[in-house]
Amino acid sequence: MTTTQPPQTEQPAKPPPGRRTRRRPGDLVFENSARLSGVLILVILAAVAVFLLVQALPALSENQGNFLTDTEWAPSGDAPSFGVAALVFGTLLAAVLALVIATPVAVGIALFISHYAPRRLASLLGYVVDLLAAIPSVVYGLWGITWLMPQIGPFFEGLNRYLGFIPIFAGPVASPPRTILTASIVLAVMILPIVTAVAREVFLKTPTMHEEAALALGATRWEMIRMAVLPFGRSGVISAAMLGLGRALGETMAVAMVLSPGLLIDFFLLQAGHHQTIAALIALQFPEASTLQVSALIAAGLVLFAITLVVNMAARYIVSRRKEFTE
Amino acid sequence: MAKRIDVSGLNVYYGAFRAVEDVSMTIEPRSVTAFIGPSGCGKSTYLRALNRMHEVIPGTRVEGKVLLDDQDIYAANVDPVAVRGQIGMVFQRPNPFPTMSIYDNVIAGVRLNGRRMPKAELDALVERALRGANLWNEVKDRLNRPGAGLSGGQQQRLCIARAIAVRPDVLLMDEPCSALDPISTLAIEDLIAELKTEYTIVIVTHNMQQAARVSETTAFFNLSAPGKGGMLVEMGDTNKIFTNPDKKDTENYITGRFG
Repeated sequence: MTTTQPPQTEQPAKPPPGRRTRRRPGDLVFENSARLSGVLILVILAAVAVFLLVQALPALSENQGNFLTDTEWAPSGDAPSFGVAALVFGTLLAAVLALVIATPVAVGIALFISHYAPRRLASLLGYVVDLLAAIPSVVYGLWGITWLMPQIGPFFEGLNRYLGFIPIFAGPVASPPRTILTASIVLAVMILPIVTAVAREVFLKTPTMHEEAALALGATRWEMIRMAVLPFGRSGVISAAMLGLGRALGETMAVAMVLSPGLLIDFFLLQAGHHQTIAALIALQFPEASTLQVSALIAAGLVLFAITLVVNMAARYIVSRRKEFTE
Repeated sequence: MAKRIDVSGLNVYYGAFRAVEDVSMTIEPRSVTAFIGPSGCGKSTYLRALNRMHEVIPGTRVEGKVLLDDQDIYAANVDPVAVRGQIGMVFQRPNPFPTMSIYDNVIAGVRLNGRRMPKAELDALVERALRGANLWNEVKDRLNRPGAGLSGGQQQRLCIARAIAVRPDVLLMDEPCSALDPISTLAIEDLIAELKTEYTIVIVTHNMQQAARVSETTAFFNLSAPGKGGMLVEMGDTNKIFTNPDKKDTENYITGRFG
């Protein structure tokens, strides 16, 4: 972290004769500015956490319900009662669905760019992917509402007709399909470029000697990818996915525009008015919120903050778990 | 097992550059053939052309014929993947798959193309290949540990075990000892001497003593002209090449007057 330097003792050990240990000013300036930046990020993080906590306290102390387990959200009136259970569920559901949809596609695109496409096409595609990553989320939201929603309706009908026996695809299918699945698809498209870009970078870094080892054994290109590229890129793909998950968790506009909100905890992906995400809730309610409501929303924000933290730590854990085999 | 390689008029191009110029030779089965020559003289490129590994690099192209016994490995209907299954390769730097255990590394080639085998057969195969590579006694108690945890010399022998586990006809070795210490080098050289009873072995080396120690036949490559590609200068019995070569360039090289 920030303290890589061992603590300075009062009396520095005597330098060996003929060797100067004087610190050069350039080193000193750089070391301290780097340390300052490192400390700053911690300070900012702590400040955000403290801010959220302080602002959330008034609502939390007025709350008549259980903040963590209740599903209703009514932080107003004489007996304000609100809980984040349904919101946390909706947030995770939307983000995880988006990840499940986006990751395989992203890995496919990244492999195509890194190992299949002719060089020119690969660099063009890479460029396009990077451009897509820069599109603001509200544009994806507009695309979701105006283009995807009309197109996806019949597809959902089909899903329900042929796979309706699976509970998650149970009807009645919402029309217009302002459902969690639509929102997740928009989110998936949104996080696709960033996941693709990171995965591509990792795949490109596969050591040539591992690829050649596979090919020299008589591996086809796909077998080479399975033996050398994917194992090497696995932790990178996980990082990429978590980056995407983080973005999907906090995404506001695309979800707020597409999803018809509800506060239930269920897996009916094709029904509207069942789910809501924390970020979208904050965006939708903040403009007209009373003091107490704002405080409650900030409490929800604090929960989102914690979720993101946990997701990132889980990702780190997954990446480090099999480190022995990846060195 | 152990097939003869007949090369006639082989040219290898990187784009417009002719890296290997018109090489013809016969490599005898159950013997060790060493390629020596200065850096950049195309001997590694030529070696890779013998099992079509050069095709991994975009823009390469080959003219000429390479016959493995009677089969032309550059014939239109031949799959390079199948060629590499018959002609194995060991590289300069040991390259076991870092995410795989020792056991999985050995059977990596066997598992390809969807082949399936009973566990007992796989176990036997792993033991045979590791014994064949003189590595069994050192790793038999830790077959499930990562292959990357072994020493450099052990890793290289693991790579050889991996290569012979698919029972190739020919084993190509591209400077297999250049990243190893003298003791590991000796272990590999002993191994090469054992393997030649079963395989056709071709080894590229910068170490002339090594070529003299391990090979029956030596081929000397050199640049055809400064800035041009490499060509075969002389090939013959190793003793003859190192004591009484026909060409002046060969003599200069092996006596250390250039290169």
